[in-house]
Amino acid sequence: MSAESTDVRDRYWQKTRNLTILILALWAFFALIIPTLVGTLNDMTFLGFPLGFYMIAQGSLIAFVVLIWFQNWRQDAIDDEFGFGEEE
Amino acid sequence: MALIQGRFLDNIGRVYGIYTGGFIAFIILMAILEQLGVGADTIGILFVAFTIAIYALIGWLSRTMEVDAYYVAGRQVPAVYNGMATAADWMSGASFVALAGGIYFGGYGYMAFIVGWTGGYVLVNSLMAPYLRKFGCYTVPDYIGTRYGGNLARFCAVVVLVVASFTYVTAQINATGTIAARALHIPFSVGVWFGLLGILLCSMLGGMRAVTWTQVAQYIVLIIAYLVPVIWMSNVQGFGIIPHFTYGEAASTLSQFEAQYGLNPPAEAIAGLSVLTTPHTGPVGEYAEWKFVTLALSMMAGTASLPHILMRYFTTPSVRSARRSVAWSLLFIFLLYFTAPALATLTKLQLLDPSLPTAIIGKPFEEVASLAWIQNWSSVGFLAIADQNADGILQLNEFFMRPDIVVLATPEIAGLPYVISGLVAAGGMAAAMSTADGLLLAIANALSHDLYYKMIDPKADTSVRLIVARILLICIGALGALIASLQLTGILGAVAWAFCFACSGLFFPLTLGVWWKRANRQGAIAGMIIGFLAGSLYLYLVNDWDGAGAAYPIMSPWIGLDNLRFGIVGMAASLVSMVVVTLMTPAPDEEIQRMVEDTRVPVGPPILAAKH
Repeated sequence: MSAESTDVRDRYWQKTRNLTILILALWAFFALIIPTLVGTLNDMTFLGFPLGFYMIAQGSLIAFVVLIWFQNWRQDAIDDEFGFGEEE
Repeated sequence: MALIQGRFLDNIGRVYGIYTGGFIAFIILMAILEQLGVGADTIGILFVAFTIAIYALIGWLSRTMEVDAYYVAGRQVPAVYNGMATAADWMSGASFVALAGGIYFGGYGYMAFIVGWTGGYVLVNSLMAPYLRKFGCYTVPDYIGTRYGGNLARFCAVVVLVVASFTYVTAQINATGTIAARALHIPFSVGVWFGLLGILLCSMLGGMRAVTWTQVAQYIVLIIAYLVPVIWMSNVQGFGIIPHFTYGEAASTLSQFEAQYGLNPPAEAIAGLSVLTTPHTGPVGEYAEWKFVTLALSMMAGTASLPHILMRYFTTPSVRSARRSVAWSLLFIFLLYFTAPALATLTKLQLLDPSLPTAIIGKPFEEVASLAWIQNWSSVGFLAIADQNADGILQLNEFFMRPDIVVLATPEIAGLPYVISGLVAAGGMAAAMSTADGLLLAIANALSHDLYYKMIDPKADTSVRLIVARILLICIGALGALIASLQLTGILGAVAWAFCFACSGLFFPLTLGVWWKRANRQGAIAGMIIGFLAGSLYLYLVNDWDGAGAAYPIMSPWIGLDNLRFGIVGMAASLVSMVVVTLMTPAPDEEIQRMVEDTRVPVGPPILAAKH
């Protein structure tokens, strides 16, 4: 393995890691922080729902779906940028 | 064979389109038969028998004698279809049958399962699936064994996999038995073996390939069966065609009814049945938020460690399609999971809201006792009403129900035609069978590939390997059915345990294997053994083995970490021991370090050769 390709791999991995950390931080917010605030959030309403209940019944779930699609879109871009995108 | 190879993959959309159309036509035919006066029992039998026959046919058409096809479906499953198969693999009898009922009775606290069982896919996508796909392994222990090296690491992974998956599979066989017993009018102990027969027909001849294509078919049945009753009910009650965004008002009104009727424990409890004592929308009780978060976290880490899920992503053609397939999986799973709270809310409203014709709470006791669905379900002991304060009125705490019948009974409660009940039974059967298939295959593959081929007889012939795999499949299935027929655990308890076992032993060794180059064999072995033993020991100490309820026999749980959350204890022990032991022992050699680097890059040859 040449020094150059090692360098490319390192930069690739750094970007991938930063993206993953961002995604996991957002994940932790919706999965772990929001559920602890349900009591407080329930004082507000959203589409007629108590907001806290809405978040754990639908809101966080929608956030997870969006997060994965967003991550894959960014990760594909990173792969292509470094020429690691695969032929399909 | 030819049907599945080239031609099938080219026409896959059309094949499943025709299948879906055929299934809808079948539902309409059943509805017509019902109008013509065919009995409810016949319709129930036709639904369950017809769908199982289809799955068995797909299983037969997908038979194979190739190692690659048997273990990873030839690595050519398109991302969308793998997403559907994963969704069916994932959504067990518990999700289908017990989840909405759990929310009905457990409210806020129970919804940790919903958040956990969806949020886990973010972990799968970020930490595991693309890297394991790049690795090119057949099974999860295959990854552990190669990444860390050595038979001991491989063996530990096999043990954790078998314990976690086996705990889970008995619950699934139990669920197929319950549904078969009720739909086909056979005793439960016969139903269990009947269910097992259906499961084996799907998986035995074609391994992963057969399981993949039956799971896609099963997903289509189960999602139709889940959505139709909810949408129908919502229309009857005036919540619009898609209830998910409009039932907010119902959720808000429920708290008024809860206050009006009072959430009180019953004067005299009935064993095995529950009354509603938990508010629908908010946290209540000591540690409520903490318990929510720990349960959700155990379920999420468990999701990312359960081998029957991870191995589904070994079947895609590339790393990118593995990631894409995780996204599809979550979308398909989400469809059911965001419907479950709607179902629970609408069902509860139907029973509580006096302005609806279906309400029973607050009605004269005799009137309720004469309802057909009350009589049907009471006669099998799944439901009871008792006028314990002798005022002639049914109070909220005088209505007893088994939580896991809420979904099955909802069509009857709402007064929907019987064809819907038959459809729901077929959906529940599909959910339980597809998960059982995936789990049995995960266990049998780990034993045949990792234990037999890699450790006992590395020179074994392909045909011998595949015969061993099938014999193991039958034996494990039979053992699971035997244990299920003894009815040791409820459907849901065992499911939560499986997640906790899996994350205690496997979460950190799998994650750190990719994300921490320094992680070595000694550390991984310590992480698996200590994590798994600590979790199991903790479960042993805090679980209420005799089922008496309030008192914990050996010790009371630490800060609310009860028998559903022991994964937290196991994972903590696993992480600490893995890091400490790794740092005390030498770093892995250069070859392993290069292997980790290769794993992180999506292109290039897989780490393990295509046919190993």
